[in-house]
Amino acid sequence: MTDAEIRAVALATLLSIAPEVETDELRGDRPLRSQVDLDSMDWLNFLLGLHEKLKVDIPEADYARLIALDDVVGYLHKKLGGT
Amino acid sequence: MIEFKLPSLGSDMDEGTLLEWKVGVGDTVKKGQVVAIVDTTKAAVDVESWQEGTVHQLIAEVGQKMPVGTVMALLLESGEKPAPGSAPGVGAGETVIMAAPVPRRMVSPAARKHAEEEGVDLDSITGTGPRGAVTLQDVEAAAAALKQRPAPRAVSAEPAAKVADKAAEKLADMRKTIAAAMSRSKREIPHYYVAEDIPLARALAWLQAANAQRSMAERLLPAALLLKAVALALRRFPELNGYWRQENDNAGFVPVAAINLGVAISLRQGGLIAPALLHADGKPLTLLMQELTDLVKRTRAGSLKSSEMNEATITVTNLGDQGSQAVFGVITPPQVALVGFGRIAERPWAENGGLKVLPVVTASLSADHRVSDGHRGALFLLELNDLLQRPEELDQ
Repeated sequence: MTDAEIRAVALATLLSIAPEVETDELRGDRPLRSQVDLDSMDWLNFLLGLHEKLKVDIPEADYARLIALDDVVGYLHKKLGGT
Repeated sequence: MIEFKLPSLGSDMDEGTLLEWKVGVGDTVKKGQVVAIVDTTKAAVDVESWQEGTVHQLIAEVGQKMPVGTVMALLLESGEKPAPGSAPGVGAGETVIMAAPVPRRMVSPAARKHAEEEGVDLDSITGTGPRGAVTLQDVEAAAAALKQRPAPRAVSAEPAAKVADKAAEKLADMRKTIAAAMSRSKREIPHYYVAEDIPLARALAWLQAANAQRSMAERLLPAALLLKAVALALRRFPELNGYWRQENDNAGFVPVAAINLGVAISLRQGGLIAPALLHADGKPLTLLMQELTDLVKRTRAGSLKSSEMNEATITVTNLGDQGSQAVFGVITPPQVALVGFGRIAERPWAENGGLKVLPVVTASLSADHRVSDGHRGALFLLELNDLLQRPEELDQ
């Protein structure tokens, strides 16, 4: 998958949790949770949604690396075999 | 004859609007069965029956707004025959004073939700359901027609604006409800507050090890540990778990054996609801986490049960996700206590003459001074602290 495709999946997953989010206004390099007011349950559901859609396991130890949307996309890109 | 009345779905509820009957005349009703969906200012709630019987008469009509305590239906007890002249049916009651019906479109909850999602104006739809009710199929058809029609922007924007207005109206109603309940709380309940910093190194290490063995869908959040610890601590402090009741000149505390934690859940559109995790002290962490996840999901989707809305015996609020170090909450009457948690964060921690860095959470207790004293409140927080130092014992 390309970064753009992964980003689209991530945004679709985000919208299923926070439907009011204006994705065009999201900054990819800023902390995602604070931009869209996701609590820990929302965040868990977001990661779970990515896991289910992309069949990627995300160990809890990696959660701390996933801060901004760009981090999430880059992480998933590597997990999916990208370089 | 059993009178099925509109229950109070929280101390802040004065009235509700019947959205849908889930039973019909002649149906057998079991304990705990959902018989109706009622809209409150906070959410659409599945109202359960706590008595068994056979539906004899549906008195309330869909769309009717009524005060708490209004008889909505009559049920026949087991073996009971209807009284002569008491005709079964819908809206045929003579002995019950009913609130005046409010003109309102009859719309199923699913249809209303879908209309909001699609920006469909319900007033523009002709309902094909019973008595002209707008069904999900009606909304889907209208949404499809809307998408196919090359409408000018100004016209297509109008329904969305109306939907936004309705959402704003709903939010305003919820704020009024919260304002009334919290004003009453601060007016009537003499609050006292105590707080305790609790190191969570052991609890989080245990959680990390436990989660490493679990699939993503089964992982636990720290909130599950905190809730379970609160529930277990309450077993030793029954004066914090129950209701302050006042009837005429008689007032006093009524302890409740069941420990039902009201979990404060913020809604994405604004406002909050605190539905109950029932019997939280007796549930293993995996089940508690599943129920918490389900409760949050259903709260935000607007599909709670009446037992979840009116059976909380204490409230727990957690503002750690919002970055607050501590929260000192307002008690939800008629409850007599509220436990608050702030952010779990690394902090310097002095112990045995040494200094280290540990994850720490500030737990607070707001409690009713008519029922308990600060001394007992402080002991409760110490018990909470102690339980969180033995996390493996929470999973029972």
